[in-house]
Amino acid sequence: MRATHTLSVLVENRPGVLTRVAGLFARRGYNIHSLAVGTTDDPRVSRMTIVVGADATQIEQVTKQLNKLIHVLKIVELDGDGSVERELQLVKVTADATTRSQIIELADVFRAKVVDVDHDSMTIEVSGAPDKLAAMMGLLAPFGIREMVRSGTIALARGDRSITDGAKFRVHRVA
Amino acid sequence: MFPGPISQIGTTMRMTGAQAVMRSLEALDIDVMFGLPGGAILPAYDPLIDANVRHILVRHEQGAIHMAEGYAHATGRVGVCMATSGPGATNLITGLADAMMDSVPVLAITGQVPSAAVGSDAFQEADVTGISMPVTKHNELVTQADRIAGALKEAFHIAGSGRPGPVLVDIPKDILQAEVDFRWPDHMDLPGYRPTVRGHTKMVKDAIELISRSRKPVVYVGGGVVRAGAHEELRELVELLQLPLVTTLLARGAVDDAHPLNLGMPGMHGHWTAVTAMQEADLLIALGTRFDDRVTGKLSAFAPGARIIHVDVDPAEIGKNRVADIPIVGDAKVVIGQLAKAASERGASAVPDTVAWREQLRVWKEQHPLSWDQSDDGPLKPQTAIKAIGERFGSEAIYVAGVGQHQMWAAQLIQFTEPRRWINSGGLGTMGFAVPAAIGAKVGCPDRRVVCIDGDGCFQMTLQELATAKQHDIPVVFTVINNGHLGMVRQWQELFYDRRFSEVALPMDLPDLVKLAEAYQMPGFRASSLDELGPVLDKAFEIPDQPVLIDLRVDPEEKVFPMVPAGCGNDEIVESADEWFARQAGMADAHEPETD
Repeated sequence: MRATHTLSVLVENRPGVLTRVAGLFARRGYNIHSLAVGTTDDPRVSRMTIVVGADATQIEQVTKQLNKLIHVLKIVELDGDGSVERELQLVKVTADATTRSQIIELADVFRAKVVDVDHDSMTIEVSGAPDKLAAMMGLLAPFGIREMVRSGTIALARGDRSITDGAKFRVHRVA
Repeated sequence: MFPGPISQIGTTMRMTGAQAVMRSLEALDIDVMFGLPGGAILPAYDPLIDANVRHILVRHEQGAIHMAEGYAHATGRVGVCMATSGPGATNLITGLADAMMDSVPVLAITGQVPSAAVGSDAFQEADVTGISMPVTKHNELVTQADRIAGALKEAFHIAGSGRPGPVLVDIPKDILQAEVDFRWPDHMDLPGYRPTVRGHTKMVKDAIELISRSRKPVVYVGGGVVRAGAHEELRELVELLQLPLVTTLLARGAVDDAHPLNLGMPGMHGHWTAVTAMQEADLLIALGTRFDDRVTGKLSAFAPGARIIHVDVDPAEIGKNRVADIPIVGDAKVVIGQLAKAASERGASAVPDTVAWREQLRVWKEQHPLSWDQSDDGPLKPQTAIKAIGERFGSEAIYVAGVGQHQMWAAQLIQFTEPRRWINSGGLGTMGFAVPAAIGAKVGCPDRRVVCIDGDGCFQMTLQELATAKQHDIPVVFTVINNGHLGMVRQWQELFYDRRFSEVALPMDLPDLVKLAEAYQMPGFRASSLDELGPVLDKAFEIPDQPVLIDLRVDPEEKVFPMVPAGCGNDEIVESADEWFARQAGMADAHEPETD
């Protein structure tokens, strides 16, 4: 079984940069488990969190190939213990008067929120590490999952280090 | 037409986007470009008339980009080509892929449909930045006229620096027509692009230590050495430490073939000693090279006893195919200089004891020369013809080959003495490369003889560019090694498909190449025998001022050897067809190379 690795990638916030990254993964045969993108505090810089299915040798190649993309500014691999990983999930689950309270109780255990209720369904919002989300899904399944959506993992290193240190957007002057 | 000298950096001038393109090319000191106009790029062709840039009008855009590549190969400068949107741009794709594989610095400028039409399936629209993304080092769709100068300056810089490669700039027609305050930028906005130039000092020291302890070292010289212009530093290093070396298909000429330390070309059709030396080596010093499958053969069986020092400007090449014991990221010229300096500082203790190894290699070279049988009255052998071409035009000339048997024979048999005198399509294996690339090389090096050595299959893929050579007075000697077949495919069918020849015959006289030369208004000659060969080459040699086409009709039965059959380890190198068939018949023992 292949391990997964989480890469945090700072990229220039330009049109097409997602295509460049995704295309690179596709043509080199790398396997993306999830990908989440958003801008950072600097609007010129976006941050991609990419969970890759690859062994250690492959992840080195992935990183080196990504680094060759002109619009990629910096790549950091976040390991599981040294980082906080979160995913957001919305689940629409079958719920009528007889099961509603049980589901709410279950949601409380996972510190999930009920964000929508109808006669025979309710929608639950939960965030957390991927294994927590999987555990909650397992418990909700018997009630009947109508649909669900996950955001893809985002992650930050623990402690005071920041990957934007030393990678601030700067103009590279060439004589 | 443009007021004021280009040195007036910092001044602002009002002009169209198209004029800004030409002004930028002038600012980049681009003296020549290759291209063909069409609808979307039309605005750029108007200010071209007055620009200080020579334009070579091609017959097909693939010709334009291969010319730009040939120019870049021969001169070391960035080659530039221009094409229109849609089919014009898609015709560049093969050349972009070729340049990407062989790290050739090329700048391609393409017209695009007007911004408002982008995405509407307009006439001659294609998503060119999308299509070319996997086959360019970088590309950009320019969305504002005031971005033109910056985009071109950055593209030129990216193409020529670090690991060189093709960069494409796509410019919509309305951007070319827009008015802009042109100002040549004094900086580039490339925060994510900082190629490493200098090698890590400790790694360099470790490399010298490892070299000093080796007994059977081989320097594995790749195209990166030629791209970096590192041949002087390389010669210093190998002479100082007495290191035997091999030069890959893209590095032929990086070291003089006559140099006693030079073992020749490694790989599938390499020289026996070069191939075997790598297999037996205890240390490979890989410089600007990528452990390509055509060099390594079956990777798991490649150089099993060798430790690896790998120097490359592209960190992604290091460890990609073969794990490096000592990885050094940096420019070949700088790092080889560092290695030579570290070695000379260390003095005699840096020099490995390679006396016995070099003696072994000398014996192998004697025992395993290239050979073929040329009878006086039998058919002309392609090897004879190619060797004679090389001798007639000498080591001063630039030789440009296509892809296939003729390419391998030329790489094996021509004596190269300098870098940038051998140009061919290595990584992508682009048939049709030679005719336009030779034209581009001649444009870049007008004072050198340029000899195109092509196959009859390759030649017919891009022969329309003969008109370009004629129209622009580009006197290339075009030779066609005409064996009436797709020779390399025929060779494989003979060896590996039980002589079941499938779709490989191309009638030798279709077209009649001497008549074709006449049609293109250039001298045409033919030789079909050994007797005719010398006089025909003499006649061509005496015509330095116009293109010449020579049809050399050769024996279609001839095959390229040595050969490492695909998928085999390099220990399984075969030196003749007899040896291969004998091995197939289970009689291999009697033909083991060591017992020859």
